[in-house]
Amino acid sequence: MTVLMVVLGAAVGAPLRYLVDRFVQTRHESAFPWGTLAVNIGGSALLGFLAGLPASPTVMAALGTGFCGALTTYSTFSYETLRLVQDGARFYAVANLAASLTGGLGAAYVGLVVATAVTG
Amino acid sequence: MTEPAMSVDPDVDLHAPEQRRELRPSPWPVLASISAGGVLGSLARYGLSEALPHPAGGFAWATFAVNVSGCLLIGVLMVLVNQVWSRRRLVRPFLGVGVLGGYTTFSTYVVDAQRAVVAGAPETALLYLAATLAAALLAVWAGTAVTSAAVGRWRARPAGGEAGGR
Repeated sequence: MTVLMVVLGAAVGAPLRYLVDRFVQTRHESAFPWGTLAVNIGGSALLGFLAGLPASPTVMAALGTGFCGALTTYSTFSYETLRLVQDGARFYAVANLAASLTGGLGAAYVGLVVATAVTG
Repeated sequence: MTEPAMSVDPDVDLHAPEQRRELRPSPWPVLASISAGGVLGSLARYGLSEALPHPAGGFAWATFAVNVSGCLLIGVLMVLVNQVWSRRRLVRPFLGVGVLGGYTTFSTYVVDAQRAVVAGAPETALLYLAATLAAALLAVWAGTAVTSAAVGRWRARPAGGEAGGR
């Protein structure tokens, strides 16, 4: 049952990351990886919220482990950072690290606070 | 010598014409490949997290191992995708966007750290955040460097030998 929930969440989360990334890239010309930053921050906010409720194990498997896990990515984030360094865009590379970390942690915290407010 | 063009974003880079039109005529081959790969990668991550549970406030070794190994593999994969398999259109969506994107996770990384802080172990959270970041960047660099060198050596092998390869 839990495995099935992970499968369902991941089946949606991974292609959604691709589609969001494509959509964000059509909106700007910059080399800065806004698309990946957007999915990582959005997924962190949702997982922070789920952890704060706390969600039931079934919901956590589907939306947390499956959906948020597949929506967000560390491999893309680190590969992009390496490529920015290798392309000489060091400022973008450092900005990407700083924005991803502070944005992700901040988003997870906001999710936690909202969940706490909702559940009272 | 000319370096083959490499995309910055391994998920999708709209600067690359073939990626701009990869959803045409039908988006389903690419989206289904990503979805199937994402399921496999996520199941691997889930399996490892079940095998290596960590106590509240402890160092999340499973997520650490997943993210660092996934970064090593994306480095290997992207060199192969860009330099060896450039005509196979579903390899990057399936293995890169799907399997490795689904395997690694940023949301669990930050929430692991948040949970450690809530459990009263901020130093573990800080160590975990920094160690993952450093090891992941080192891994992705090592993956690309070693694979580039291997591909270069394979290409530079003496002519007249076995014209192997698949």
